[in-house]
Amino acid sequence: MKISSQVNTEGFSTEHWYQVGRPALMVGGLLFLVLATVPFWGSGLVVDKLTTLFVYILLAVMWNLLAGYAGLVSVGQQAFLGLGGYFALRLVDIGMSPYPAFIVGALICALVALVISVFALRLKEGEFAIAMWVTAEVIRILVMFDPIVQGETGTSLLAMNQYAPELRRNINFWFGLLVVAGMLGLVLWLVNSRIGAAAQAIRDDEEAAKSIGIRVMRVKQIIFVVAAFGCALAGSLWLASSVTFQPRTYFGVQWTVFMLFMVLVGGLKTFEGPILGAIVFFLLQEFFGDYGAWYLAGLGVTAILFALYAPNGIWGEWQNRKGVRFLPTGVTLTLKNKE
Amino acid sequence: MTLGSTSVIAGIGIDKHYGAFQVLHGVDFSANKGEAVGIVGPNGAGKTTLFGVLAGSTAPSAGVITYQYTDITATNAAQRCHAGIARTHQVPRPFLGMTVFENLLTAATNGAGLTGYEAEAFAVRALIQTGMSPLANRPAAALGLLDRKRLELARALATAPKVLLLDEIGGGLTEGELHQLVTLIAQLKDDGLTIVWIEHILHALLKVIDRLVCMSEGRVIAQGHPKDVMSDDEVMKAYLGSELEVAL
Ligand SMILES: Nc1ncnc2c1ncn2[C@@H]1O[C@H](COP(=O)(O)OP(=O)(O)OP(=O)(O)O)[C@@H](O)[C@H]1O
Ligand SMILES: [Mg+2]
Repeated sequence: MKISSQVNTEGFSTEHWYQVGRPALMVGGLLFLVLATVPFWGSGLVVDKLTTLFVYILLAVMWNLLAGYAGLVSVGQQAFLGLGGYFALRLVDIGMSPYPAFIVGALICALVALVISVFALRLKEGEFAIAMWVTAEVIRILVMFDPIVQGETGTSLLAMNQYAPELRRNINFWFGLLVVAGMLGLVLWLVNSRIGAAAQAIRDDEEAAKSIGIRVMRVKQIIFVVAAFGCALAGSLWLASSVTFQPRTYFGVQWTVFMLFMVLVGGLKTFEGPILGAIVFFLLQEFFGDYGAWYLAGLGVTAILFALYAPNGIWGEWQNRKGVRFLPTGVTLTLKNKE
Repeated sequence: MTLGSTSVIAGIGIDKHYGAFQVLHGVDFSANKGEAVGIVGPNGAGKTTLFGVLAGSTAPSAGVITYQYTDITATNAAQRCHAGIARTHQVPRPFLGMTVFENLLTAATNGAGLTGYEAEAFAVRALIQTGMSPLANRPAAALGLLDRKRLELARALATAPKVLLLDEIGGGLTEGELHQLVTLIAQLKDDGLTIVWIEHILHALLKVIDRLVCMSEGRVIAQGHPKDVMSDDEVMKAYLGSELEVAL
C-alpha cells in the first residue's frame, strides 16, 4: 500500500444498490402485483388481516428509518399515528371524503412534525426519546379536548359507512397496499440518497459528520418528518379499518413497544428486517394478542434481549451468516487499473 | 487586526475554558495562503483545542476567527467545511457503518458539494492519494488504528479543502510510510493548499513546514523559523529536553 502523489482517477466503476438489488426489487414488484389481486380470490378475513399487517409494516419501517438509519431513538412515534387518525377525522368532519382526508391529514401531520422537530432535535439522545413520549401524551390530552373526540370515549369515522362493508374492506386493502409500497419505495430511495448517507454518518458520529460539511439539523429534520408522515398514514389506515377512534388506543405507548419489537427482532439498520419483524409480530398478535399486560411485557423483554444478544436481529444475523445482501445501502467501487 | 488581514486563516486572542479550567490563553495563530505551519507542544498544551476552535467544533470563550479576510467566529463546523476548512481528528472518527469508499463519497457530496460521477471521481482521487484503494470496500469498522488515521486524511481531502488541519496523523507509521505521507503533504502544499500540522515527530514535520509554532500550557510560547523555535529557551524549558531532543 503506498501513498501516491500521481493521481489517475480514470478507470473506476461503481455498483449501486439498484443494480445489486435488481432481483430483490423485481420480486418485490411481483409480490405487489400478486397482493393487489388478493381481494378477488382471498376471503374477507385474509384481506382484513393483510391490511392490519400493512399497518405494522409501515410502523416498523418508519421506526427503523428513524432509529436504524438516523440514530434517532423515539419512544413517542404514536404521537403521529394518533394525529394521522385525528386529522383525518377532522377533515372528514369539514366535508372531505375519507381517503383524500387520510392523505391530506398525513401531510398536515408532517407539518406538525416539522414544528416539533425544531425543538425535539436539539435534545441529546435520551432527552429526545423521552421528550417524544411526553409530546405524544401532550398531543393526546389536547386532542381529547376537541368536542368531536368526546374525551376518553372517542368517536367513529361514520363517513366510512357510505361504502358497503365488502367494498370498504377492499378499498382499505388497496389503499394500504399502495401506501406501503409507496413508503417502502420512498424509504429505500431515501436511505440510499445523499440525505440517507448523511443520516447514517450522523448516526455513526455526529461530530465527524459536521466536520465534513453535513448540515446535521436539516438532515435529521427530513428523516423525522418522513417518519412522522409514514406513521400518520399508518394511523389513518388503522382508522379506515377499525372505524373507531379512541385517544388512549391511538396515542398509547404500546405502539412504541410494538415498533421496538418489530425492528429489533427483525433487524435494525437493514431494509428487509423490519418487514420480517412486522410479520413475526403479526403472527404473535394472532395467537397472544388478547393476553394483555403480560404479553406486552413479553414483547418488550424479547426486544431488549435481541438488542443485547442479537443486535442485528433475525434478518441481520442471517445475512451476516450467509454473507448475502439483497437490498444493501451504499456503493461498491471497482478500480480497473490497479497498480 | 494585522493578523487576520494577511492570512488565510487566523485565530486572534483565543481564550477557551472548561468551567474554571482555562485551556487556551489569548492564543494568536495564523497561516498564510499556501504556507505549511507545524505546531508542536507537550501533551495538554491545547493544540487540538485550537484546531477545534479553528474548525468550528469548539466554541472559543473569547477571541475572533477569520478566514479569507472575513470574521467566521459565528459560523458552525459544517459551514466552515463548505468554505474550505477541513480537519483530521487526533482520535479517528470514521463512520463505522460505512465502507472506506462510502466515507469518502459522503465527504465529497456533503463537503465538496459534488454529485454523481464527479463526487465518485473525487472520492476515488482521495482514495488513491492516500494509498487506500485496496481498502475501498472494507467496512470502516474493520480498520485498525493506522488505517483509521489514514481514512481521516482521505476524508478531509475528499471535502476539497483550501486549508487542511492535520492532527497527529504521522504517529505510529514506519519510516517508509512517514516518507510517503511527507511527500503527499508536500504535494498538497505545492497544489496551493494551506497546511497546519500538529505532530510530535519533528523530523517529518521539518521536511515540509515553513514555520513552526510551539504551544505550552495554552499559550504560544515561540514561533518562526523552525531552527529558531527549536533553540528557543522557553521551548527547551517546556519540553525539559525530553521529546524535542529525542526528535532531533
Ligand atoms: N472537553 C473538555 N473538557 C475539559 N477539559 C478538556 C476538554 N478538552 C480538552 N480538555 C483539556 O484541555 C487541555 C488541552 O487539551 P488538548 O487536547 O487541546 O491538548 P493537546 O495539546 O492536543 O495535547 P496532546 O498532545 O496530548 O494531543 C488538556 O488538559 C485537556 O485535558
Ligand atoms: Mg491533541
